[in-house]
Amino acid sequence: MGITVSLENMDKIYERPKTLKDQVMHYCPGCGHGVAHRLVMEIVAELGIQEKTIGIAPVGCSVFAYYYMDIDMQEAAHGRACAVATGVKRMMPDHYVFTYQGDGDLAAIGTNETIHACNRGENITIVFVNNAVYGMTGGQMAPTTLIGQITTTCPSGREQVANGYPIRMSELVAQLPGTTYVERVAVNTPARVRKAKKALTKAFKSQELKKGTSFIEIVSNCPSNWKMTPVESNKWLDENMLPYYPLGLYKDEISGE
Amino acid sequence: MAKVKGAVVINTENCKGCGLCIYACPTDTLGFSKEINSKGFNYSEMVQDECIACVSCALVCPDAVITVYRMKKDKAV
Repeated sequence: MGITVSLENMDKIYERPKTLKDQVMHYCPGCGHGVAHRLVMEIVAELGIQEKTIGIAPVGCSVFAYYYMDIDMQEAAHGRACAVATGVKRMMPDHYVFTYQGDGDLAAIGTNETIHACNRGENITIVFVNNAVYGMTGGQMAPTTLIGQITTTCPSGREQVANGYPIRMSELVAQLPGTTYVERVAVNTPARVRKAKKALTKAFKSQELKKGTSFIEIVSNCPSNWKMTPVESNKWLDENMLPYYPLGLYKDEISGE
Repeated sequence: MAKVKGAVVINTENCKGCGLCIYACPTDTLGFSKEINSKGFNYSEMVQDECIACVSCALVCPDAVITVYRMKKDKAV
């Protein structure tokens, strides 16, 4: 048994956001999706926009996002979340609309929808969780899989000649005139989680300005498919993912307004 | 500077025992339990009274099972 500490004279300074349903998530232990879900829901709670937010769920590990987020949500066909979000936002321009997508959904089958939604400058927020592997289907190679990384469909490591290069989505959409805020963040350390929350808050607030698409890429881990413990996977993320996917702000046209 | 005293309460039934909070804790307050919960995970728990209410554990917890408390300022020693 661990120790018990009296909570008398104590203030509660952090708790699970009320906008996250009281339900155990189906994600594997240590998965970054849980942190990303919690951050989005914390922002919805803090901005007081629970009644005015519509989320678009993807296909992939996070397909059940609507079980956990206590807001209005819509499931989209594989890769088409940005297209669905476009329709929702145009019908309800006073609502906050965001898509929550993984790399298989956003960067593989949905590249077309993503790029054109960003290029049209739809007033939506795109939350892109990049873990360099197809999680739900069993760890196959994704467009974001690193060169040399071992997956079930490239068992000797991804090779450039046969499989091409990993795609950097943040850099790609930052050069489109339709985007207004693009940042890449990670959720493997407490400091980075705080930064990620700030970036997501800015992205949601940018919808009020109606100036274009906001795009947040969250570099995340996948302990099960990387075949590591959660702590090891966060270290691997630091050493291998971040040199290829550098964190930082890629575009900011909203600050100072 | 007076040391900040804190405490964490973990929903052990929903904890999946990933250990990220234990790694993130700067004061080694948290550790794995010897018992398991109904899902079979060695959950995370307070093993010593060294919490400084830094919230690092709750920030990295993927399952949002950690609630953090801090001693009221006027009661601090």
